[in-house]
Amino acid sequence: MAYSEKVVDHYENPRNVGKFDNGDEDVGTGMVGAPACGDVTKLQIKVNPATGLIEDAKFKTYGCGSAIASSSLVTEWVKGKSLDEALTIKNTQIAEELALPPVKIHCSILAEDAIKAAVDDYRAKHATTA
Amino acid sequence: MDMTPHFPIYLDYGATTPCDPRVVDAMVPWLREHFGNPASRSHAWGWEAEEAVEKARVQVAELVGADPREIVWTSGATESINLALKGAAQFYKTRGKHLITVKTEHKATLDSMRELERQGFEVTYLDVQANGLLDLDAFKAALRPDTILASVMFVNNEIGVIQDVVALGNLCRERAVIFHVDAAQATGKVAVDLGKLPIDLMSMSAHKTYGPKGMGALYVRRKPRVRLEAQMHGGGHERGMRSGTLPTHQIVGMGEAFRIAREEMGVEQERIRTLHNRLVKGLSGIEQTFINGDLEHRVPHNLNISFNYVEGESLIMGVKGLAVSSGSACTSASLEPSYVLRALGRSDELAHSSLRMTIGRFTTEEEIDYAISVLTDRVAKLRELSPLWDMFKDGIDISTIQWAAH
Repeated sequence: MAYSEKVVDHYENPRNVGKFDNGDEDVGTGMVGAPACGDVTKLQIKVNPATGLIEDAKFKTYGCGSAIASSSLVTEWVKGKSLDEALTIKNTQIAEELALPPVKIHCSILAEDAIKAAVDDYRAKHATTA
Repeated sequence: MDMTPHFPIYLDYGATTPCDPRVVDAMVPWLREHFGNPASRSHAWGWEAEEAVEKARVQVAELVGADPREIVWTSGATESINLALKGAAQFYKTRGKHLITVKTEHKATLDSMRELERQGFEVTYLDVQANGLLDLDAFKAALRPDTILASVMFVNNEIGVIQDVVALGNLCRERAVIFHVDAAQATGKVAVDLGKLPIDLMSMSAHKTYGPKGMGALYVRRKPRVRLEAQMHGGGHERGMRSGTLPTHQIVGMGEAFRIAREEMGVEQERIRTLHNRLVKGLSGIEQTFINGDLEHRVPHNLNISFNYVEGESLIMGVKGLAVSSGSACTSASLEPSYVLRALGRSDELAHSSLRMTIGRFTTEEEIDYAISVLTDRVAKLRELSPLWDMFKDGIDISTIQWAAH
């Protein structure tokens, strides 16, 4: 299968690989996918408590090149966004940006789900304080 | 043509082997001046073609210890398997309707069996043990009074394990069950002597043994005689078992390939074993690496290995300099990991993390060393990216986690 240039670029030079301390109040963590399906993505966002904006993001992904590229891409996209803005990122935008073939659409869905899970986790942490 | 182009390094001999240059040279005259139809009995073009076909039949028979009259030409192992299974099942259907095969067989066998089920036969698909080998007691227990045919691979295409066809064949003999063996991955890799082996039908391919694609043969035992219902009807070639004009050049190619295999197998085997050991040793330094399939009962040509917590397709993408295949069928639009590895009871993540490397006649030591270094480097990079690797390093057992399947 031929990969698009953008997929290859994110695969060879993944952006924002790493992790934040899960115990940090400002961090939201989303872990989606399953080893049985061949892909697992962990996406973390760090929210500036003063502005409410996502100031940093990190990811790790077990999966094919398209899954790695999708999660790498969304770490770039969520930065500087509010939580509500981040939630507007749709898998179709990811798939279009990376020119994913139909068989790899699930990779973009995984990335979208990872954003939702990370935001949910952050909001759950702050549910009582909000 | 350069037989071993530097990049990508060809480590996919299990998919197909390059034609040996000697094979190509032997074939060409039969495409040019000697174009006759081997079935033409009335002139010299036909006679010389027939002679070439019969010489090749002897060469193929000699590699596997058969009588040339027991060799039927086909278009490849898939056709041989179809002819053997459907042909024997249909011929002997009045004796019984039960057939036996194994879950790790090639699709040509499994799909032929599915078709026979549609025709009213009953098929038992046996599990294998964790090492990929068939449990003889399980095989014995599966044999029924109405069992007419059993089919087992000699050498497995994905994991390279060698089944005990002697013991299996003997169990079949005791009960007058026809025993078919798929030897596509065995010819030229293991010694085969059909004069001694309890095998009734055996499928062979040319292009897995340095011959041309589109060419194969089926061994059909004469004593005791095995009968088949033809699947291809026409001019009654190959004693009525397989009609169709014989492709002289292809047949000559298969004959030459099998002649070379017979003469050079001993030396080649040792060379490939050395390369295999070098590859295994080189990769054994990588943590959490598992070889799939039995370590002893195997051909050295195959190494199927799982790098835990690294997904196979992403690994293949990262080793562009190597032409290898993934045990995982991810690339073929299915998200299912290899059914062969699943049959071994490998966990999902190990099945998704597998790589099949198959080496052969033109593989060099330098290529093996390059493969080791590229794989070591890329596995480390992908593990840096893998959340599962992090969890493993943190001592978390990922099988205890409730994953949401998607």
